[in-house]
Amino acid sequence: MHVLGMISEKLKAEVKNLNFYYNDFRALKNINLPIGAKRITALIGPSGCGKTTYLRCFNRMHDLYPNNRYEGEIILYPEGLNIIDPKVDPIEVRMRISMVFQKPNPFPKTVFENVAYGLRVRGENKMNFLKERVEKALKQAALLDEVKDRINDLAYNLSGGQQQRLCIARALATEPEILLFDEPTSALDPTATLKIEELIMQLKKELTIIIVTHNMQQAARVSDYTAFMYLGEIVEFDKTGKVFTHPSQKLTEDYITGRFG
Amino acid sequence: MPSEEQTIVDIRKRIAFNKLRDHIFWIIGLFSTLIGFILLFTLMIDLLIDGFPRLSWQFITSYPSRFPEKAGILSAWVGTTLVMIVTASTAVPLGIAAGIYLEEYGKKNWLTHLIEINMNNLAGVPSIIYGLLALSLFVYFLKFGESILTGGLTLGLLILPMVVIATRESIRAIPNSIREASYALGATKWQTIKDHILPYSSGGILTGMIIGLSRAIGETAPIITVGALTFIAFLPTSPITSEFPFFSFRWLLDPFTVMPIQMFNWVSRPQSGFHLNAAAAGIILLFMTLLMNGFAIYLRYRFRKRIKW
Repeated sequence: MHVLGMISEKLKAEVKNLNFYYNDFRALKNINLPIGAKRITALIGPSGCGKTTYLRCFNRMHDLYPNNRYEGEIILYPEGLNIIDPKVDPIEVRMRISMVFQKPNPFPKTVFENVAYGLRVRGENKMNFLKERVEKALKQAALLDEVKDRINDLAYNLSGGQQQRLCIARALATEPEILLFDEPTSALDPTATLKIEELIMQLKKELTIIIVTHNMQQAARVSDYTAFMYLGEIVEFDKTGKVFTHPSQKLTEDYITGRFG
Repeated sequence: MPSEEQTIVDIRKRIAFNKLRDHIFWIIGLFSTLIGFILLFTLMIDLLIDGFPRLSWQFITSYPSRFPEKAGILSAWVGTTLVMIVTASTAVPLGIAAGIYLEEYGKKNWLTHLIEINMNNLAGVPSIIYGLLALSLFVYFLKFGESILTGGLTLGLLILPMVVIATRESIRAIPNSIREASYALGATKWQTIKDHILPYSSGGILTGMIIGLSRAIGETAPIITVGALTFIAFLPTSPITSEFPFFSFRWLLDPFTVMPIQMFNWVSRPQSGFHLNAAAAGIILLFMTLLMNGFAIYLRYRFRKRIKW
Protein backbone atom coordinates (compact mmCIF):
# COMPACT_ATOMS: atom_id res chain seq x y z
CA MET A 1 0.00 0.00 0.00
CA HIS A 2 1.07 3.56 -0.56
CA VAL A 3 1.90 5.21 2.68
CA LEU A 4 4.61 7.71 1.83
CA GLY A 5 3.19 11.18 2.01
CA MET A 6 0.55 10.14 4.52
CA ILE A 7 2.23 12.19 7.20
CA SER A 8 1.99 15.90 6.70
CA GLU A 9 4.42 16.78 9.47
CA LYS A 10 8.19 16.90 9.58
CA LEU A 11 9.94 13.58 8.98
CA LYS A 12 12.95 12.18 10.82
CA ALA A 13 13.35 9.20 8.54
CA GLU A 14 11.76 7.61 5.54
CA VAL A 15 11.85 3.97 4.54
CA LYS A 16 11.67 3.40 0.81
CA ASN A 17 11.20 0.01 -0.86
CA LEU A 18 13.04 -1.78 1.91
CA ASN A 19 13.67 -5.48 1.36
CA PHE A 20 15.64 -7.62 3.72
CA TYR A 21 17.04 -11.11 3.21
CA TYR A 22 18.36 -13.75 5.60
CA ASN A 23 20.25 -15.86 3.04
CA ASP A 24 17.54 -16.38 0.43
CA PHE A 25 14.63 -15.83 2.77
CA ARG A 26 12.95 -12.52 2.11
CA ALA A 27 11.97 -11.34 5.58
CA LEU A 28 10.84 -7.83 4.63
CA LYS A 29 8.95 -7.10 1.45
CA ASN A 30 8.91 -3.66 -0.15
CA ILE A 31 8.41 -1.69 3.01
CA ASN A 32 7.59 1.99 2.72
CA LEU A 33 7.09 3.96 5.89
CA PRO A 34 7.50 7.55 7.05
CA ILE A 35 8.88 8.18 10.55
CA GLY A 36 7.61 11.47 12.00
CA ALA A 37 10.15 13.62 13.82
CA LYS A 38 9.62 13.58 17.62
CA ARG A 39 6.74 11.18 17.22
CA ILE A 40 6.25 7.64 18.43
CA THR A 41 5.73 5.10 15.69
CA ALA A 42 4.54 1.69 16.85
CA LEU A 43 4.88 -1.56 14.93
CA ILE A 44 2.41 -4.29 15.72
CA GLY A 45 1.81 -7.71 14.26
CA PRO A 46 1.89 -11.40 15.09
CA SER A 47 5.11 -13.21 16.01
CA GLY A 48 7.45 -13.77 13.11
CA CYS A 49 5.94 -11.02 10.95
CA GLY A 50 9.24 -9.15 10.70
CA LYS A 51 8.74 -6.32 13.21
CA THR A 52 12.03 -6.91 14.99
CA THR A 53 13.87 -7.57 11.73
CA TYR A 54 12.60 -4.25 10.48
CA LEU A 55 13.59 -2.39 13.65
CA ARG A 56 17.09 -3.85 13.59
CA CYS A 57 17.64 -2.41 10.10
CA PHE A 58 17.63 1.05 11.66
CA ASN A 59 20.82 0.50 13.63
CA ARG A 60 22.36 -1.98 11.20
CA MET A 61 22.26 -4.78 13.78
CA HIS A 62 21.99 -7.28 10.93
CA ASP A 63 25.54 -6.39 9.88
CA LEU A 64 26.79 -8.35 12.90
CA TYR A 65 25.79 -11.66 11.35
CA PRO A 66 26.78 -13.17 8.01
CA ASN A 67 24.58 -13.66 4.95
CA ASN A 68 22.19 -10.80 5.66
CA ARG A 69 21.33 -8.38 2.89
CA TYR A 70 19.48 -5.08 2.70
CA GLU A 71 17.84 -3.62 -0.38
CA GLY A 72 16.22 -0.22 -0.72
CA GLU A 73 16.72 2.88 1.40
CA ILE A 74 16.24 4.22 4.89
CA ILE A 75 16.76 7.96 4.57
CA LEU A 76 17.73 9.83 7.70
CA TYR A 77 16.77 13.51 7.75
CA PRO A 78 17.75 16.35 7.76
CA GLU A 79 20.78 15.45 5.66
CA GLY A 80 19.15 12.68 3.66
CA LEU A 81 21.69 9.96 4.43
CA ASN A 82 20.76 6.44 3.37
CA ILE A 83 21.75 4.55 6.52
CA ILE A 84 21.59 1.08 4.99
CA ASP A 85 23.97 2.00 2.18
CA PRO A 86 26.95 -0.40 2.52
CA LYS A 87 29.23 2.63 2.19
CA VAL A 88 27.81 4.11 5.40
CA ASP A 89 29.65 2.78 8.45
CA PRO A 90 27.26 0.82 10.71
CA ILE A 91 29.13 2.16 13.76
CA GLU A 92 28.27 5.74 12.75
CA VAL A 93 24.62 4.71 12.37
CA ARG A 94 24.60 3.05 15.82
CA MET A 95 26.12 6.14 17.37
CA ARG A 96 23.20 8.20 16.08
CA ILE A 97 20.40 5.68 16.56
CA SER A 98 20.18 3.88 19.92
CA MET A 99 18.34 0.74 20.82
CA VAL A 100 16.62 -0.74 23.86
CA PHE A 101 16.29 -4.52 23.72
CA GLN A 102 13.53 -6.94 24.59
CA LYS A 103 15.16 -8.32 27.72
CA PRO A 104 17.02 -5.92 29.99
CA ASN A 105 20.67 -6.49 29.10
CA PRO A 106 22.81 -4.34 31.39
CA PHE A 107 26.53 -5.06 31.48
CA PRO A 108 27.81 -6.76 34.64
CA LYS A 109 29.33 -3.45 35.66
CA THR A 110 28.22 -0.67 37.96
CA VAL A 111 25.16 1.48 37.27
CA PHE A 112 27.48 4.37 36.45
CA GLU A 113 29.66 2.40 34.05
CA ASN A 114 26.61 1.03 32.27
CA VAL A 115 25.28 4.47 31.46
CA ALA A 116 28.71 5.91 30.72
CA TYR A 117 29.72 3.13 28.33
CA GLY A 118 28.36 4.75 25.17
CA LEU A 119 30.32 7.90 26.01
CA ARG A 120 33.47 5.94 26.79
CA VAL A 121 33.20 4.27 23.38
CA ARG A 122 33.31 7.78 21.94
CA GLY A 123 36.54 8.46 23.82
CA GLU A 124 34.98 10.58 26.59
CA ASN A 125 36.89 9.92 29.80
CA LYS A 126 36.65 13.17 31.74
CA MET A 127 34.98 12.25 35.00
CA ASN A 128 33.12 15.55 35.40
CA PHE A 129 31.59 15.32 31.97
CA LEU A 130 30.67 11.66 32.42
CA LYS A 131 29.07 12.32 35.80
CA GLU A 132 26.99 15.14 34.40
CA ARG A 133 25.79 13.10 31.43
CA VAL A 134 25.12 9.95 33.45
CA GLU A 135 23.04 11.93 35.90
CA LYS A 136 21.11 13.60 33.11
CA ALA A 137 20.43 10.28 31.40
CA LEU A 138 19.31 8.62 34.64
CA LYS A 139 16.99 11.54 35.28
CA GLN A 140 15.54 11.28 31.77
CA ALA A 141 14.99 7.58 32.33
CA ALA A 142 13.17 8.33 35.63
CA LEU A 143 15.68 6.23 37.51
CA LEU A 144 17.87 8.80 39.23
CA ASP A 145 15.90 8.97 42.48
CA GLU A 146 15.90 5.20 42.87
CA VAL A 147 19.58 4.65 42.21
CA LYS A 148 21.31 7.82 43.29
CA ASP A 149 22.74 6.09 46.37
CA ARG A 150 23.58 2.95 44.45
CA ILE A 151 25.38 4.47 41.49
CA ASN A 152 28.46 2.32 42.14
CA ASP A 153 26.48 -0.83 42.81
CA LEU A 154 26.38 -3.61 40.30
CA ALA A 155 23.55 -3.15 37.78
CA TYR A 156 22.46 -6.77 38.32
CA ASN A 157 21.29 -5.87 41.81
CA LEU A 158 18.51 -3.69 40.38
CA SER A 159 15.02 -5.08 39.74
CA GLY A 160 13.98 -6.07 36.22
CA GLY A 161 12.07 -2.84 35.61
CA GLN A 162 14.94 -0.76 36.96
CA GLN A 163 17.38 -2.67 34.76
CA GLN A 164 15.29 -1.88 31.69
CA ARG A 165 15.18 1.81 32.62
CA LEU A 166 18.92 1.62 33.11
CA CYS A 167 19.20 0.30 29.56
CA ILE A 168 17.06 3.24 28.43
CA ALA A 169 19.37 5.63 30.30
CA ARG A 170 22.35 3.94 28.67
CA ALA A 171 20.78 4.47 25.26
CA LEU A 172 19.93 8.10 26.06
CA ALA A 173 23.33 9.11 27.46
CA THR A 174 24.76 9.53 23.98
CA GLU A 175 21.87 11.81 22.94
CA PRO A 176 20.69 9.76 19.97
CA GLU A 177 18.47 11.13 17.22
CA ILE A 178 16.21 8.09 17.16
CA LEU A 179 15.54 5.59 19.94
CA LEU A 180 14.46 2.08 18.96
CA PHE A 181 12.48 -0.06 21.40
CA ASP A 182 12.21 -3.79 20.72
CA GLU A 183 9.30 -5.02 22.87
CA PRO A 184 10.81 -3.25 25.86
CA THR A 185 8.24 -4.43 28.39
CA SER A 186 7.67 -8.04 27.39
CA ALA A 187 9.86 -9.32 30.24
CA LEU A 188 8.41 -6.99 32.87
CA ASP A 189 5.49 -6.96 35.29
CA PRO A 190 2.53 -4.56 34.82
CA THR A 191 3.79 -1.88 37.24
CA ALA A 192 7.20 -1.74 35.64
CA THR A 193 5.53 -1.75 32.22
CA LEU A 194 3.44 1.26 33.13
CA LYS A 195 6.51 3.17 34.25
CA ILE A 196 8.32 2.45 31.01
CA GLU A 197 5.30 3.49 28.97
CA GLU A 198 5.07 6.81 30.80
CA LEU A 199 8.77 7.27 30.21
CA ILE A 200 8.46 6.62 26.47
CA MET A 201 5.71 9.22 26.20
CA GLN A 202 7.90 11.73 28.05
CA LEU A 203 10.86 11.05 25.79
CA LYS A 204 9.11 11.96 22.56
CA LYS A 205 9.49 15.63 23.49
CA GLU A 206 13.16 15.24 22.77
CA LEU A 207 13.62 12.51 20.22
CA THR A 208 12.02 10.28 17.64
CA ILE A 209 10.90 6.85 18.82
CA ILE A 210 10.10 3.63 17.03
CA ILE A 211 8.64 0.86 19.16
CA VAL A 212 7.93 -2.75 18.34
CA THR A 213 5.31 -4.26 20.59
CA HIS A 214 3.35 -7.41 21.05
CA ASN A 215 0.91 -5.63 23.21
CA MET A 216 -1.77 -3.81 21.24
CA GLN A 217 -2.99 -1.83 24.22
CA GLN A 218 0.54 -0.56 24.62
CA ALA A 219 0.68 0.62 21.02
CA ALA A 220 -2.70 2.30 21.43
CA ARG A 221 -1.64 4.01 24.66
CA VAL A 222 1.75 5.35 23.70
CA SER A 223 2.07 5.82 19.96
CA ASP A 224 1.15 8.56 17.50
CA TYR A 225 1.36 6.34 14.44
CA THR A 226 0.88 2.62 14.13
CA ALA A 227 1.97 0.24 11.41
CA PHE A 228 0.49 -3.24 11.25
CA MET A 229 2.83 -5.78 9.76
CA TYR A 230 2.00 -9.23 8.51
CA LEU A 231 4.33 -11.74 6.81
CA GLY A 232 6.99 -9.15 6.17
CA GLU A 233 4.69 -6.53 4.69
CA ILE A 234 3.09 -3.38 6.00
CA VAL A 235 -0.63 -4.05 5.85
CA GLU A 236 -1.76 -0.77 7.29
CA PHE A 237 -0.21 2.47 8.49
CA ASP A 238 -2.03 5.45 9.92
CA LYS A 239 -2.55 7.61 12.96
CA THR A 240 -2.86 5.29 15.94
CA GLY A 241 -6.42 6.36 16.75
CA LYS A 242 -7.52 5.59 13.22
CA VAL A 243 -5.84 2.17 13.07
CA PHE A 244 -7.45 1.04 16.30
CA THR A 245 -10.93 2.46 15.70
CA HIS A 246 -11.45 2.39 11.95
CA PRO A 247 -8.88 0.10 10.35
CA SER A 248 -9.11 0.19 6.57
CA GLN A 249 -8.02 -3.42 6.10
CA LYS A 250 -9.95 -6.51 7.13
CA LEU A 251 -6.67 -8.20 8.24
CA THR A 252 -5.87 -5.36 10.63
CA GLU A 253 -9.32 -5.50 12.13
CA ASP A 254 -9.05 -9.26 12.63
CA TYR A 255 -5.71 -8.84 14.37
CA ILE A 256 -6.61 -6.02 16.70
CA THR A 257 -9.86 -7.66 17.70
CA GLY A 258 -7.93 -10.78 18.59
CA ARG A 259 -9.25 -13.08 15.89
CA PHE A 260 -5.68 -14.26 15.16
CA GLY A 261 -2.12 -13.63 16.26
CA MET B 1 -13.47 -50.48 38.97
CA PRO B 2 -10.24 -52.03 37.65
CA SER B 3 -9.24 -55.17 39.49
CA GLU B 4 -5.64 -54.00 39.93
CA GLU B 5 -6.59 -50.95 41.97
CA GLN B 6 -3.83 -50.35 44.56
CA THR B 7 -4.86 -50.26 48.16
CA ILE B 8 -3.14 -47.94 50.61
CA VAL B 9 -1.21 -50.98 51.90
CA ASP B 10 0.12 -51.71 48.42
CA ILE B 11 1.16 -48.08 48.00
CA ARG B 12 3.02 -48.14 51.31
CA LYS B 13 4.82 -51.31 50.25
CA ARG B 14 5.74 -49.65 46.99
CA ILE B 15 7.10 -46.57 48.79
CA ALA B 16 9.16 -48.77 51.12
CA PHE B 17 10.61 -50.62 48.13
CA ASN B 18 11.46 -47.36 46.30
CA LYS B 19 13.09 -45.99 49.42
CA LEU B 20 15.15 -49.15 49.78
CA ARG B 21 16.54 -48.68 46.28
CA ASP B 22 17.24 -45.07 47.11
CA HIS B 23 19.20 -46.23 50.12
CA ILE B 24 21.18 -48.80 48.15
CA PHE B 25 22.31 -46.17 45.68
CA TRP B 26 23.29 -43.88 48.54
CA ILE B 27 25.60 -46.59 49.84
CA ILE B 28 27.11 -47.29 46.41
CA GLY B 29 27.72 -43.58 45.86
CA LEU B 30 29.30 -43.08 49.26
CA PHE B 31 31.51 -46.13 48.79
CA SER B 32 32.74 -44.92 45.39
CA THR B 33 33.50 -41.49 46.73
CA LEU B 34 35.38 -42.90 49.68
CA ILE B 35 37.54 -45.20 47.53
CA GLY B 36 38.87 -42.24 45.56
CA PHE B 37 39.22 -40.07 48.60
CA ILE B 38 40.89 -42.63 50.85
CA LEU B 39 43.37 -43.68 48.16
CA LEU B 40 44.40 -40.12 47.53
CA PHE B 41 44.58 -39.39 51.22
CA THR B 42 46.73 -42.47 51.93
CA LEU B 43 49.08 -41.43 49.16
CA MET B 44 49.47 -37.96 50.61
CA ILE B 45 49.96 -39.28 54.16
CA ASP B 46 52.55 -41.79 52.94
CA LEU B 47 54.40 -39.03 51.11
CA LEU B 48 54.29 -36.81 54.19
CA ILE B 49 55.50 -39.55 56.57
CA ASP B 50 58.39 -40.47 54.28
CA GLY B 51 59.40 -37.01 53.21
CA PHE B 52 58.60 -34.73 56.10
CA PRO B 53 61.66 -35.54 58.26
CA ARG B 54 63.86 -34.78 55.26
CA LEU B 55 62.37 -31.28 54.74
CA SER B 56 64.72 -28.55 55.87
CA TRP B 57 66.16 -25.28 54.72
CA GLN B 58 69.28 -27.16 53.72
CA PHE B 59 67.21 -29.45 51.47
CA ILE B 60 65.73 -26.48 49.62
CA THR B 61 69.00 -24.59 49.23
CA SER B 62 71.36 -27.43 48.27
CA TYR B 63 72.38 -28.84 44.92
CA PRO B 64 72.09 -32.56 44.22
CA SER B 65 74.82 -34.71 45.71
CA ARG B 66 76.12 -38.26 45.77
CA PHE B 67 75.22 -38.38 49.46
CA PRO B 68 71.48 -38.47 50.12
CA GLU B 69 71.69 -36.47 53.34
CA LYS B 70 73.58 -33.64 51.61
CA ALA B 71 71.45 -33.60 48.46
CA GLY B 72 68.89 -30.85 47.83
CA ILE B 73 66.47 -29.53 45.24
CA LEU B 74 67.76 -26.00 44.61
CA SER B 75 68.43 -26.45 40.90
CA ALA B 76 65.19 -28.41 40.49
CA TRP B 77 62.75 -25.94 42.00
CA VAL B 78 64.47 -22.96 40.39
CA GLY B 79 64.33 -24.84 37.07
CA THR B 80 60.65 -25.67 37.52
CA THR B 81 59.82 -22.07 38.42
CA LEU B 82 61.65 -20.64 35.40
CA VAL B 83 60.22 -23.23 33.01
CA MET B 84 56.71 -22.46 34.29
CA ILE B 85 57.30 -18.74 33.77
CA VAL B 86 58.20 -19.40 30.13
CA THR B 87 55.25 -21.77 29.74
CA ALA B 88 52.72 -19.39 31.27
CA SER B 89 53.98 -16.32 29.44
CA THR B 90 53.79 -18.05 26.04
CA ALA B 91 50.84 -20.43 26.24
CA VAL B 92 48.44 -18.14 28.10
CA PRO B 93 48.55 -15.05 25.83
CA LEU B 94 48.69 -17.19 22.68
CA GLY B 95 45.86 -19.42 23.86
CA ILE B 96 43.63 -16.51 24.86
CA ALA B 97 44.27 -14.66 21.60
CA ALA B 98 43.56 -17.80 19.56
CA GLY B 99 40.38 -18.49 21.55
CA ILE B 100 39.14 -14.94 21.01
CA TYR B 101 39.93 -15.10 17.32
CA LEU B 102 38.09 -18.38 16.85
CA GLU B 103 35.01 -17.22 18.79
CA GLU B 104 34.70 -13.57 17.85
CA TYR B 105 36.49 -12.99 14.56
CA GLY B 106 36.74 -16.31 12.73
CA LYS B 107 33.89 -16.93 10.33
CA LYS B 108 32.17 -20.23 10.95
CA ASN B 109 33.27 -22.28 7.97
CA TRP B 110 34.91 -25.66 7.26
CA LEU B 111 38.35 -24.29 8.13
CA THR B 112 37.46 -23.10 11.63
CA HIS B 113 35.52 -26.33 12.07
CA LEU B 114 38.64 -28.31 11.18
CA ILE B 115 40.74 -26.23 13.56
CA GLU B 116 38.20 -26.83 16.31
CA ILE B 117 38.25 -30.63 15.84
CA ASN B 118 42.05 -30.61 15.77
CA MET B 119 42.26 -28.44 18.85
CA ASN B 120 40.11 -30.87 20.85
CA ASN B 121 42.23 -33.79 19.66
CA LEU B 122 45.48 -31.99 20.43
CA ALA B 123 44.43 -31.66 24.06
CA GLY B 124 44.47 -35.46 24.26
CA VAL B 125 47.76 -36.17 22.49
CA PRO B 126 50.26 -38.02 24.75
CA SER B 127 52.85 -35.63 26.09
CA ILE B 128 55.81 -37.64 24.77
CA ILE B 129 54.65 -36.76 21.24
CA TYR B 130 55.00 -33.08 22.12
CA GLY B 131 58.47 -33.90 23.40
CA LEU B 132 59.47 -35.41 20.06
CA LEU B 133 58.03 -32.46 18.14
CA ALA B 134 59.82 -30.01 20.42
CA LEU B 135 63.09 -31.90 20.07
CA SER B 136 63.12 -31.51 16.31
CA LEU B 137 61.59 -28.01 16.25
CA PHE B 138 63.16 -26.14 19.18
CA VAL B 139 66.39 -28.07 19.74
CA TYR B 140 67.50 -29.05 16.22
CA PHE B 141 65.73 -26.60 13.90
CA LEU B 142 65.58 -23.38 15.92
CA LYS B 143 68.76 -24.28 17.84
CA PHE B 144 67.49 -23.18 21.25
CA GLY B 145 69.53 -26.01 22.73
CA GLU B 146 68.55 -28.13 25.71
CA SER B 147 67.54 -25.02 27.54
CA ILE B 148 64.89 -23.51 29.82
CA LEU B 149 63.42 -21.81 26.74
CA THR B 150 63.01 -25.16 24.99
CA GLY B 151 61.52 -26.76 28.09
CA GLY B 152 59.09 -23.90 28.68
CA LEU B 153 57.99 -23.75 25.06
CA THR B 154 57.49 -27.52 24.96
CA LEU B 155 55.19 -27.44 27.96
CA GLY B 156 53.56 -24.31 26.52
CA LEU B 157 52.75 -26.24 23.37
CA LEU B 158 51.34 -29.03 25.51
CA ILE B 159 48.89 -26.83 27.40
CA LEU B 160 48.04 -24.43 24.55
CA PRO B 161 44.99 -26.46 23.44
CA MET B 162 43.65 -26.48 27.00
CA VAL B 163 43.93 -22.70 27.27
CA VAL B 164 42.28 -22.26 23.87
CA ILE B 165 39.41 -24.59 24.75
CA ALA B 166 38.84 -22.98 28.16
CA THR B 167 38.91 -19.51 26.60
CA ARG B 168 36.42 -20.47 23.91
CA GLU B 169 34.06 -22.10 26.38
CA SER B 170 33.95 -19.19 28.75
CA ILE B 171 33.54 -16.72 25.86
CA ARG B 172 30.68 -18.81 24.56
CA ALA B 173 28.97 -18.61 27.95
CA ILE B 174 28.56 -14.84 27.57
CA PRO B 175 25.01 -14.17 26.34
CA ASN B 176 24.78 -12.69 22.89
CA SER B 177 22.57 -9.92 24.28
CA ILE B 178 25.65 -8.47 26.00
CA ARG B 179 27.53 -8.29 22.70
CA GLU B 180 24.53 -6.71 21.01
CA ALA B 181 24.20 -4.14 23.79
CA SER B 182 27.81 -3.13 23.27
CA TYR B 183 27.63 -2.98 19.48
CA ALA B 184 24.35 -1.05 19.64
CA LEU B 185 26.16 1.71 21.53
CA GLY B 186 28.59 2.06 18.65
CA ALA B 187 31.44 -0.04 20.01
CA THR B 188 33.84 -1.69 17.60
CA LYS B 189 34.72 -5.36 17.82
CA TRP B 190 37.92 -4.68 19.71
CA GLN B 191 36.16 -2.34 22.18
CA THR B 192 33.55 -5.02 22.78
CA ILE B 193 36.25 -7.65 23.39
CA LYS B 194 38.39 -5.45 25.61
CA ASP B 195 35.56 -3.98 27.70
CA HIS B 196 33.20 -6.93 27.87
CA ILE B 197 34.22 -10.29 26.44
CA LEU B 198 37.61 -10.50 28.16
CA PRO B 199 36.63 -9.19 31.59
CA TYR B 200 33.50 -11.36 31.77
CA SER B 201 35.27 -14.53 30.65
CA SER B 202 38.40 -14.09 32.75
CA GLY B 203 37.12 -16.51 35.42
CA GLY B 204 36.82 -19.38 32.97
CA ILE B 205 40.07 -18.50 31.24
CA LEU B 206 41.88 -18.59 34.58
CA THR B 207 40.41 -22.00 35.31
CA GLY B 208 41.81 -23.28 32.03
CA MET B 209 45.14 -21.75 32.88
CA ILE B 210 45.20 -23.49 36.29
CA ILE B 211 44.38 -26.87 34.78
CA GLY B 212 47.00 -26.40 32.08
CA LEU B 213 49.79 -25.20 34.35
CA SER B 214 49.05 -27.86 36.96
CA ARG B 215 49.47 -30.47 34.29
CA ALA B 216 52.64 -28.85 32.95
CA ILE B 217 54.35 -28.62 36.34
CA GLY B 218 54.23 -32.41 36.75
CA GLU B 219 55.24 -33.39 33.21
CA THR B 220 58.40 -35.44 32.93
CA ALA B 221 58.44 -37.28 29.61
CA PRO B 222 58.56 -34.33 27.18
CA ILE B 223 61.12 -32.54 29.33
CA ILE B 224 63.43 -35.56 29.32
CA THR B 225 62.91 -35.89 25.56
CA VAL B 226 64.15 -32.36 24.91
CA GLY B 227 67.21 -33.14 26.97
CA ALA B 228 66.86 -31.69 30.44
CA LEU B 229 69.72 -32.76 32.67
CA THR B 230 69.16 -35.10 35.59
CA PHE B 231 72.11 -33.97 37.63
CA ILE B 232 72.84 -30.27 37.72
CA ALA B 233 74.91 -28.49 40.33
CA PHE B 234 74.61 -24.84 39.31
CA LEU B 235 71.87 -22.25 38.83
CA PRO B 236 70.93 -20.53 35.57
CA THR B 237 72.25 -17.01 34.98
CA SER B 238 70.50 -14.55 37.24
CA PRO B 239 67.78 -12.54 35.48
CA ILE B 240 68.82 -9.47 37.49
CA THR B 241 72.30 -8.06 36.80
CA SER B 242 74.44 -5.40 38.42
CA GLU B 243 75.06 -3.57 35.17
CA PHE B 244 72.71 -1.63 32.93
CA PRO B 245 69.97 -2.57 31.91
CA PHE B 246 69.85 -4.59 35.16
CA PHE B 247 68.10 -7.58 33.65
CA SER B 248 69.17 -10.36 31.37
CA PHE B 249 67.54 -13.12 29.41
CA ARG B 250 70.65 -15.30 29.30
CA TRP B 251 68.96 -17.75 31.68
CA LEU B 252 66.55 -18.70 28.91
CA LEU B 253 69.34 -20.56 27.10
CA ASP B 254 70.85 -22.22 30.18
CA PRO B 255 70.54 -25.95 30.88
CA PHE B 256 68.12 -26.96 33.60
CA THR B 257 66.34 -29.69 35.46
CA VAL B 258 62.84 -29.77 36.93
CA MET B 259 61.29 -31.25 40.05
CA PRO B 260 59.69 -34.36 38.52
CA ILE B 261 62.98 -35.29 36.82
CA GLN B 262 64.89 -34.85 40.06
CA MET B 263 62.34 -37.05 41.82
CA PHE B 264 62.47 -39.67 39.11
CA ASN B 265 66.26 -39.67 39.33
CA TRP B 266 66.20 -40.21 43.07
CA VAL B 267 63.57 -42.89 43.03
CA SER B 268 65.60 -44.94 40.56
CA ARG B 269 68.66 -45.01 42.87
CA PRO B 270 69.22 -48.06 45.11
CA GLN B 271 69.94 -46.16 48.36
CA SER B 272 66.84 -45.70 50.50
CA GLY B 273 68.05 -42.22 51.58
CA PHE B 274 67.36 -41.00 48.05
CA HIS B 275 63.85 -42.45 48.17
CA LEU B 276 63.14 -40.26 51.19
CA ASN B 277 64.54 -37.29 49.27
CA ALA B 278 62.14 -38.06 46.42
CA ALA B 279 59.21 -38.05 48.87
CA ALA B 280 60.35 -34.75 50.31
CA ALA B 281 60.67 -33.26 46.81
CA GLY B 282 57.16 -34.56 46.14
CA ILE B 283 55.86 -32.57 49.07
CA ILE B 284 57.51 -29.43 47.72
CA LEU B 285 56.12 -30.07 44.23
CA LEU B 286 52.63 -30.51 45.67
CA PHE B 287 53.09 -27.32 47.61
CA MET B 288 54.19 -25.44 44.48
CA THR B 289 51.14 -26.71 42.60
CA LEU B 290 48.85 -25.74 45.46
CA LEU B 291 50.42 -22.29 45.65
CA MET B 292 49.87 -21.76 41.94
CA ASN B 293 46.30 -23.05 42.10
CA GLY B 294 45.59 -20.99 45.17
CA PHE B 295 46.72 -17.83 43.44
CA ALA B 296 44.64 -18.61 40.36
CA ILE B 297 41.58 -19.50 42.44
CA TYR B 298 41.95 -16.22 44.30
CA LEU B 299 42.11 -14.31 41.00
CA ARG B 300 39.13 -16.18 39.66
CA TYR B 301 37.16 -15.44 42.79
CA ARG B 302 37.93 -11.75 42.47
CA PHE B 303 36.95 -11.62 38.80
CA ARG B 304 34.00 -13.88 38.83
CA LYS B 305 32.17 -13.58 42.11
CA ARG B 306 29.97 -10.80 40.84
CA ILE B 307 28.95 -12.21 37.47
CA LYS B 308 26.06 -14.63 37.14
CA TRP B 309 24.40 -15.01 33.76
